[in-house]
Amino acid sequence: MPSIELQPPDRSVIARRGAIVRDLMALIGPEAVIADEDGRRTFETDALTAYKCLPLAVVLASSTEEVAKLLRYAKANGVKVVARGAGTSLSGGALPAEDSIVVGISKMSRVLEIDYEGRWARVEAGITNLAISAAVAARGFFYAPDPSSQLACTLAGNLAMNSGGAHCLKYGVTTNNVLGVKIVLMDGEIVDVGGPHFDSEGYDLLGLIVGSEGQFGIITEATVKILRAAEGARPMLIGFESSAKAGICVARIIASGIIPVAIEFMDRPAIAVCEAFAKAGYPLDVEALLIVEVEGSEEEISDRLDYIAQIAQELNPKVVEMSASAEQSARIWKGRKAAFGAIGRLSDYYCMDGVIPLAHLPYVLDQISEICAKHGLQVANIFHAGDGNLHPLIMYDANDAREAARAENAGAEILKLCVAVGGCLSGEHGIGIEKRDLMRVQFSDADLAVQMRIKSVFDPDWLLNPGKVFPLDAQESEASGREAPPRPASGAEAA
Amino acid sequence: MDEILRPATEWELKSTMAVLGERQIPVEVIGAGSKRGVGRPVAAPVAVTTSGLRGIPLYEPTELVMTARAGTPVSQIEVELASRGQMLAFEPIDPGPALGAQAGVQTIGAVFATNLSGSRRIAAGAGRDYLLGVRGVTGRGEVFKSGGRVMKNVTGYDVARGLSGSWGTLAVLSEVTFKVLPLPDDVVTLAFMGLTDDLAIELMSTALGLPFEVSGAVHLPASLVRRLKHELRTEKQAVTAIRIENFTRSIVYRKARLKEALTAYGAPLELDLESSLRLWGELRRLSVFPNDSHYLWRISTTAKAAPRLVGAIKRHMPVETFYDWGGALIWLETPASADAGAADIRRAVAIHGGHATLIRADPEVRHAVEVFQPLSPAIERLTRGLKAAFDPLGLLNPGRMYATM
Repeated sequence: MPSIELQPPDRSVIARRGAIVRDLMALIGPEAVIADEDGRRTFETDALTAYKCLPLAVVLASSTEEVAKLLRYAKANGVKVVARGAGTSLSGGALPAEDSIVVGISKMSRVLEIDYEGRWARVEAGITNLAISAAVAARGFFYAPDPSSQLACTLAGNLAMNSGGAHCLKYGVTTNNVLGVKIVLMDGEIVDVGGPHFDSEGYDLLGLIVGSEGQFGIITEATVKILRAAEGARPMLIGFESSAKAGICVARIIASGIIPVAIEFMDRPAIAVCEAFAKAGYPLDVEALLIVEVEGSEEEISDRLDYIAQIAQELNPKVVEMSASAEQSARIWKGRKAAFGAIGRLSDYYCMDGVIPLAHLPYVLDQISEICAKHGLQVANIFHAGDGNLHPLIMYDANDAREAARAENAGAEILKLCVAVGGCLSGEHGIGIEKRDLMRVQFSDADLAVQMRIKSVFDPDWLLNPGKVFPLDAQESEASGREAPPRPASGAEAA
Repeated sequence: MDEILRPATEWELKSTMAVLGERQIPVEVIGAGSKRGVGRPVAAPVAVTTSGLRGIPLYEPTELVMTARAGTPVSQIEVELASRGQMLAFEPIDPGPALGAQAGVQTIGAVFATNLSGSRRIAAGAGRDYLLGVRGVTGRGEVFKSGGRVMKNVTGYDVARGLSGSWGTLAVLSEVTFKVLPLPDDVVTLAFMGLTDDLAIELMSTALGLPFEVSGAVHLPASLVRRLKHELRTEKQAVTAIRIENFTRSIVYRKARLKEALTAYGAPLELDLESSLRLWGELRRLSVFPNDSHYLWRISTTAKAAPRLVGAIKRHMPVETFYDWGGALIWLETPASADAGAADIRRAVAIHGGHATLIRADPEVRHAVEVFQPLSPAIERLTRGLKAAFDPLGLLNPGRMYATM
């Protein structure tokens, strides 16, 4: 199926594979290097499973120093490197290249230091998202960003993609919750950026690094904010006969001065699948369902939910139901968080991640249905309504190459639509390879040049996570512009 | 300074920058100029101000988003937001008065270009956390945009955030898009009296570790309390102020719980909405630091380290300190001296951790010492690389942040 072109590999590097593997084993130790085909197969793809590629080798690093050694070696030998956390990227962000080494950091998963008074924790970047919250939960703290894959995904991947989650309406995304990182640059230099204090003066390198999709360096440690959890939280369900009404309801809630911790939206197909899976008690006879969650003491929660219910009542909803127990709340969230998995049990799907200004929601949802119908495909919509971050799940049969291609085309049309109404291509999944060729829909060549020059500052030879984020021809023109200043001599060129 | 250029449109800004670029004429970049005294003195024959770029092309209260041209005064933006019950949640300080400028003149572009924040930093973040997108002109004279107008956006690198805190040395912003939030219904401040710095920081850390969304935690020693206009001045003792903002019913509840949890620190005075707004408004304008001959430093550190850091500095010079951000931000007033105390302050910061910026000093001092936190070799290399990528000829605010950049 795949219609996205992968960057042509450097055959001379592939020809040296045997020597490179031997070097890596000597450098890090043979037990950390996976070179056999079956072993490498495990790493050939991520959650964008339509694309697969066997890397030269996989190295599972266990320390910052090992990562530094690896990168120094790779740079000297002109070998590309793809950093990998848990491989849950939906945009192909962790897809290896044939001429690359995959550096896995999931073994680096320790909590190094927790300061409850200062409200921060220093952790190794291979730790899973949920493990950070688990480590501080006993004292009533948590780490706020909560992507749906939080059980598996690593903080390193979250930092690379600037991940969000259902609760970022109130708490912000990854970049708002990280204070510092330890990053290894491609020349092996270990750099501490930021720290437990707020706002380091100077250029906001941390702001640039978060969301750089593993193309600036490999993050091995991070200092993240931990927040004191609210006394409690409880969601309510509001069902409407149309998505337009749900959209208006979201706008009115926000305009009223309440910022719930989360406002999630599901359309009828999504409700049906999630309800069948989680038995959450979702109403099945509505076109649009909102899950709205607020936090506080029991009394505060009741106050707030009552107020939101009043706002909803003005729109004549079909269902308004407040969660009555912790157990029901858990089920309501289980249904939402398991949505992708539940749909995955029925069909292959292609998950989009466009963002739109909320005012355009009804129009965009209509258009999405039309686009998918035109391509003969089913679609379910589940998304973070408070911030307009859509996740249309386009269902298709991965074994049918033509249907798969149609799914990709429908996805591209949907993303173009998001940009056309004033939104963007990706709210939290990143560009990866998936949306690389759509970047010109959103950015001018001048905009892209600004970004690519920043890439060249961090990784002058463009060896990190190659062939992603920017259209391949744009990468080439940036490369030709870079020839003017002499590039640092690398071992590869000397060889 | 010979001339101040005042383009009225982004196109005029681009044309201006292109001509300056062709002739390789360095340029000082300013908004209203209220923070012109921060940083090293800029040697440039020409200044360009964004103050001609004004207006609010987009404001969607139901989407919590506003786009403003860079030269729009913050005061105008806040009035517009307040008319719809919203605010700049990061509560940017207005350093103008402490620097000898008027209050309320600073531009929204400058607020983001310098990454300002205020007492709500601990609960709500800084300017950088609210910036959604920018348009601007690089030192190469090219117009570019980054980010957008939606709340979540990971399309391409986060260039907009990368420009926050660059003080006009990478690009001239022409337009900024940012997230806004609802104004709280009610505000209450609990003012605890007579605590030492150590105890105050302990109290603030405790309060911030409770689930009641404290949105401001400051400590003023008695000497600075006397400088307040607010009636707290009559207390004549140190004040540690804890702010909560919410719906009134929540505040009643949270206030009671907080007082319960903090009984060990004495019974606080309660400031109601009106009194609270006056106190926090005054702090936001740094009114305890009048524009006199003293120098002023801003030190970002951890709350835990703050008292020891201040203690280390006090061994070398008499200082006045105002702790914000629950103690994680220290405003330090020092006597005027040839190096503004930089050697001793930087040594203390190196030991205890954090960053220090000289906010106010005479030009010759700012010329002689490093105003911004000195960079580690690796960070300096990246900083130079970014400067070269945006402004290869080094025309924008040359030397303002670092002597050789």
